[in-house]
Amino acid sequence: MMPMAVWTSGNRDNIERLLNQRCWNEARLALDTLWREQRNTSTAQFILTCYQRMRSAVSLQERRIVILRSFTVEPLVPMLRAASVLLGGLDLIVRMGDFNSYAQEIIAADSFLYRFDPHAVILAIQARDIAPELWYGYADLTEKQEAQAVERVLRSFQDWIETFRARSTASLLVHNFEQPDVSRQGLLDSVARRSQISAIQRLNEGIRQLAMTHAGVYPFDYDALVARHGRRGWHDDRKWLTVRFPISSNSVVHLVEEWTRYLMPIFGKSVKVLVTDLDNTLWRGVVGEDGPAGIRMDEQYPGAIHRNVQRVLLDLHRRGILLAVASKNNEADALKVIEDHPDMLLRPQHFAAIRCNWLDKSQNLRSIAEELNVGIDSLAFVDDSPVERDLVRRQLPEVAVIELPPDPIGYARTLQEFPLFQRLSLSAEDQERSRHYAVDRQRRQFKDQLGSLEEFFRQLQQQVEIFATSRETVPRVAQLTLKTNQFNLTNRRYTEGEVAALLQTPGVNVYEVHVKDRFGDNGIVGVCITRRNGPVCEIDTLLLSCRVIHRTVETAVLSFVAHQSARAGAGRLEGWFLPTQKNGPAKSFYPSHRFKLECEKDGNSLWSLDLNGAAIECPDWISLGHETQSSIRDTIHCQ
Amino acid sequence: MTPSIASDQLKQVFADVFEIGVNEVRPDSSPDNVETWDSTRHLNLVVALEQEFGVQFEPEEIEQLSSYGLVQALLLEKRCLNGARS
Repeated sequence: MMPMAVWTSGNRDNIERLLNQRCWNEARLALDTLWREQRNTSTAQFILTCYQRMRSAVSLQERRIVILRSFTVEPLVPMLRAASVLLGGLDLIVRMGDFNSYAQEIIAADSFLYRFDPHAVILAIQARDIAPELWYGYADLTEKQEAQAVERVLRSFQDWIETFRARSTASLLVHNFEQPDVSRQGLLDSVARRSQISAIQRLNEGIRQLAMTHAGVYPFDYDALVARHGRRGWHDDRKWLTVRFPISSNSVVHLVEEWTRYLMPIFGKSVKVLVTDLDNTLWRGVVGEDGPAGIRMDEQYPGAIHRNVQRVLLDLHRRGILLAVASKNNEADALKVIEDHPDMLLRPQHFAAIRCNWLDKSQNLRSIAEELNVGIDSLAFVDDSPVERDLVRRQLPEVAVIELPPDPIGYARTLQEFPLFQRLSLSAEDQERSRHYAVDRQRRQFKDQLGSLEEFFRQLQQQVEIFATSRETVPRVAQLTLKTNQFNLTNRRYTEGEVAALLQTPGVNVYEVHVKDRFGDNGIVGVCITRRNGPVCEIDTLLLSCRVIHRTVETAVLSFVAHQSARAGAGRLEGWFLPTQKNGPAKSFYPSHRFKLECEKDGNSLWSLDLNGAAIECPDWISLGHETQSSIRDTIHCQ
Repeated sequence: MTPSIASDQLKQVFADVFEIGVNEVRPDSSPDNVETWDSTRHLNLVVALEQEFGVQFEPEEIEQLSSYGLVQALLLEKRCLNGARS
């Protein structure tokens, strides 16, 4: 057992001391603890001041945010910035539009909104501001007037969303409308033919549909958020009537956290794997002491608490998040429960990796990351023991350690609400991910059986198909650019809105790479983006998912790109290699494919290939296919 | 709770919201002598005080909170009204 004294303390004097001693990592952990204990405006401002002092030592990603609104949101900003810096290492620069100037901001091409060039925009409008007749005057409306009001509002939203999408590649969060806590018609609203509540529901459904038809536009369910926390307690009429701030001081944190849940996936901040403990987390009791018959995860209390935890893990599994186990147990005891216990919902096929032993949890986390071929920072960790959590935080600061409440009854909800598990799109690849990893294990075994690497490639029977990206696959392509770290030549990150814009940009081609082999279909596992500039075609992005690297797929992709560029009249293919801590596997890509070094700058290198020389050949063990449509479009683009 | 602990806590809120040192907070600290004390920060202060001390200010009071001394006096009064002093 660890002595209490080394636990991370969120005490301010302690933080001050750590900052003075330049113990940056310790200071970050302490600020994390402080924020968990006191989520309020004052703490948020303190955290931001501390980060300002750590600026030179801690690298943060700057992201510009604009909030267009019909009410006061200023007091939310410090908390939003603090939550984002702690959770995602994001340095948010937040600007607000003037009250009720949102329409002009969106419509005027030279408005502050577009000049500021934000990465994300939040559009937060209240029904009482945009449609007072529906909010205050509902009882006076005729059926026709009601229909007109709904139509007018939805037409405005359509107009704004379309204009915004045409002018900006930023992600857009659109708040829907909260319901009044009491309808203007009182109880009549629930029995009358016409209902204020249902009119607002129609508006919200309309907003949802509008958002869904545009890439990078997301409906933000403000009404559900307010309802979840209770309408009465959410509001503060005192500050609404004086300074147009409608939200009570104690509810501010809930809106901030919900915004954060949306912003994290938008900026590619998400984890790929949840590593879970077993005893007293997935079930009540300790299997090594209580035996399989003594542990509980049935429908009755207290087993039901842990059954609910398992249900949430199943949800995550379906969302494409891999599950793994790190437990201090005798392997045989634990495996027997997972395989045979009648009350288990999670079974061996749900886990991509299992570590039951007496090693340090951090050692097991490292080996799980290695086995699954993901970075340590792609892992989240859950454990009922605060000691284990604290140890992992200290030993592996990159791991997202989920802080559980003292009462196990809150475990399931904490996991459900964890921001780094949120997804704003679910690709076919996400849903199939666990199966892909299971097949990957077969593939590795197969490789071990065969003598030579070439023999393995031949027997693998890979088919690579390359298509021009279409509207439907934009989310997957954006996801790959946001999350691929290893085989990624430039690490340029594109949100859905930005990918959608690239599809419309003359001279730019966005290709997606599908890979199949004898073990099955891997789906879309690669992206290549090229930019034509006179006689030169530049490879802006070339990346492959870690599932298909070291299998010569990259050569197949390059042969396609070189061929297409030459056909379109380019004389030279160029590309930068921008090194990061993680993209070592892509380092020798250009030199090993006969590219010549053009120049080097700050560790970055520019490579080029003369397209009039010998062609890059696709390895003969790969069958390469591509859509003829795309080559036609290519030619048009490049002329 | 003794008044001095409450005062430390209050000074901390002022120091955080206006990004100044705790030692710079004085009874006469106000928008006139604290550079960062604008209308946005004033509202942040109100929200921070409500969160920290579990009180709620009346509309008339929000404008009156215009110096450290006035805030302290009102808070003491409030805590009496809420029966929170022990």
